[in-house]
Amino acid sequence: MFPIVAARPLARNIKLFEIKAPRIAKKQRPGQFVIVRLAETGERVPLTIADAHPEAGTVTIVVQAIGKTTMLLNMLEAGDSILDIVGPLGKPSEIEKFGTAVIVSGSVGTAMAYPTARELKRAGNKVISIVGARSKDLLVLEDAVREVSDETFVMTDDGTAGEQGLVTKKLQELVDQGVVHYVLAVGPVPMMQACANVTAPQKIKTIVSLNSIMVDGTGMCGGCRVLVNNSSQFACVDGPEFDASQVNFDVLTQRNNMYREQEKRSIERLQADPQSELKKLRENNLRRSCALDAALIEVTQ
Amino acid sequence: MTEKTASHNPLSNKERIKLPRQRVPEQEPQVRAHNFREVNLGFPPQQARQESLRCIECPKPGCIEKCPVSVNVRAVIDLILAGDYLGAAAKVREDNALPAITGRVCPVEDQCESGCVLGKKGEPVGIAYLERFVADWERESGHYGLPASAPATGRKVALIGSGPASLACAGDLIQMGHWVHVFEALHELGGVLVYGIPEFRLPKEIVHHEITVLRRRGVVFETNVVVGKTVTIDELIGEEGFDAVFIATGAGLPRFLSIPGEHFNGVYSANEFLTRVNLMRAYRFPEFDEPLYPSKDRDVIVVGGGNTAMDAVRSSLRLGAKSASIYYRRTEKEMPARVEEVHHAMEEGVHFEMLVNPVEFLGDEKGYLTAVKCIRQQLGEPDNSARRSPVPIEGSEFVVPCQVAIVAAGTSANPLIQSTTPRLATTKRGYISANEDTLATSKPGVFAGGDIVTGGATVILAMGAGRKAAKSINEYLKSLDSAANDVEKVAVN
Repeated sequence: MFPIVAARPLARNIKLFEIKAPRIAKKQRPGQFVIVRLAETGERVPLTIADAHPEAGTVTIVVQAIGKTTMLLNMLEAGDSILDIVGPLGKPSEIEKFGTAVIVSGSVGTAMAYPTARELKRAGNKVISIVGARSKDLLVLEDAVREVSDETFVMTDDGTAGEQGLVTKKLQELVDQGVVHYVLAVGPVPMMQACANVTAPQKIKTIVSLNSIMVDGTGMCGGCRVLVNNSSQFACVDGPEFDASQVNFDVLTQRNNMYREQEKRSIERLQADPQSELKKLRENNLRRSCALDAALIEVTQ
Repeated sequence: MTEKTASHNPLSNKERIKLPRQRVPEQEPQVRAHNFREVNLGFPPQQARQESLRCIECPKPGCIEKCPVSVNVRAVIDLILAGDYLGAAAKVREDNALPAITGRVCPVEDQCESGCVLGKKGEPVGIAYLERFVADWERESGHYGLPASAPATGRKVALIGSGPASLACAGDLIQMGHWVHVFEALHELGGVLVYGIPEFRLPKEIVHHEITVLRRRGVVFETNVVVGKTVTIDELIGEEGFDAVFIATGAGLPRFLSIPGEHFNGVYSANEFLTRVNLMRAYRFPEFDEPLYPSKDRDVIVVGGGNTAMDAVRSSLRLGAKSASIYYRRTEKEMPARVEEVHHAMEEGVHFEMLVNPVEFLGDEKGYLTAVKCIRQQLGEPDNSARRSPVPIEGSEFVVPCQVAIVAAGTSANPLIQSTTPRLATTKRGYISANEDTLATSKPGVFAGGDIVTGGATVILAMGAGRKAAKSINEYLKSLDSAANDVEKVAVN
């Protein structure tokens, strides 16, 4: 059981959690992720680590409610607990002095891009951030990004914040100015694919963080396999970051659609009566922590 | 001889040999092919007794010799005949920490039962069924005698993984008085016993019971720790103060076939398919959240001939597959699966296609699997492993429609621990190198056993490794104590 010590909404359907998980807090590096399970009947979902405080023993995750588990998770508050959280998983981001690094992120992807941007800045890079979202109310962590970036551009589809347009528009401008040495793109698959297309002609080193479907996250199942340079790679252990020029984005999109029908059904079940699902989750967590206490008492006696 | 008079078997050897082997009650094939409940129902006491009467009490029992953990089968059978079922269970437990599990999943035809004299002319004694009977009797009776542990030694041992090797090791180490802490990467304890072996072959409840017993004896279990990521071996030994470590992380990464089309939706590794079904209970979707690409009313093909392949194909039947087939590149004779599993699969209606090899998966424009293209093969000359290797027959390609394909082509070593532990020697294939007799690795205080050393093997072999490791870890810890004493003596002088 992992207590939630703080929880606050960042944007529409996006919430930030600080979770007590000392082992993960101590080991996490930018670019890595955790896998979370909420209930005994729950699924395992990978979520980005946005930050960590090793002294306090907490990790920060930013969650967008898109599936059943993330919707249920975003109903939780400080004082609730997370049944299972495991990590840090995946390889950390490659941190080097590249020169000028452009960090492109879409909506909740900013949570994953932010710690890498900060490390790249510390490593002596000039960091330019492009933060995108459909609309102002979906923008997250803009201030945090500004703090670690030399320049920050905000792009929205509807122009409600920053400049109107796609992140690729800004990326193209920067590339045309000819000063980009490294690009990290984190966000929806079409966005990452579009960024890869922008940087491909000039062969600018471009890294994307892939969000494929996972189960165990340790390389055991192979469900998260992606086609990279025409061979199967496991996003959980070989990634999640890969060289964008070698990634087959069509296969990634296709595989991420594999469970659409079931996902829809699970969401409908939750939405039929979300409050009772939440109540059930809280009761089960309470029962579980009582059982753990009892077991602990038995062991120490 | 005194041994003869001690026997509780009233029959002469002649009479015993004439007794037929008892058939264990099973769910009817047509019924069980549609549910996940256990196939074998186990002996009732009367049948257990009847089967025990068949043992001719060899002076040098081949069954004990052939058992990787040397269970005293003869003594167990005699206790069953004496009506002392709890005593029989306790006798098994002297050598085997998980009898309810091994009684269900051991490949007995290659082990204890292959050593039974009766098997030479007729059928061997049903040793596994008897082992299972006494273990189930004990569990259901609730009379579980916790063996007394030695006084606490103050030594701490970390066990990595909570599969059969680790559980067996934990049982022995806690008995020896050591502090035992088991780390598990997943959210549920039991390793392959819960993510790999299906409910209909090994109910999870039984695994949970064995773990509860270990917990009551003082073993500490911590889930959600991926050693190599969450914490390293060096940190366990250094900062966390463990005196010894046993690495038993199991088989590892799934092997794919490296043929075109493996990324189509509907193509699974057996590891993923079984993990979704067993660990995540996807067969109970939507009550359980984890989804599975549906097998219902579809044609399912499983590539491989081992126990994992049988587990996958029988699971897909239970999920409502229209057809469920095994595609194996050799013949039935070479199949590594347990005879009983193959037999059960056939009874349930699994189709077997031998001497075929998939060469390509075919899919539709949306990326969903529609068929598999195979080539027929014939057996050639024996290869290095002494098995006759299959050779493709030119021009024999054919296409079979299928919407789900499960690849059970074995596993390779997961490098997580090896790559994060300096000075830990590995084999050419990436498994951890361990001394055959002591299971010691190249790193002092670090031992390894089970599939991460041998590659994919059986539950009982892993348990045997766990027990062997416990013994050498105990020796190692004693050597630390005497070294510490020596240092003290030097200091005093």
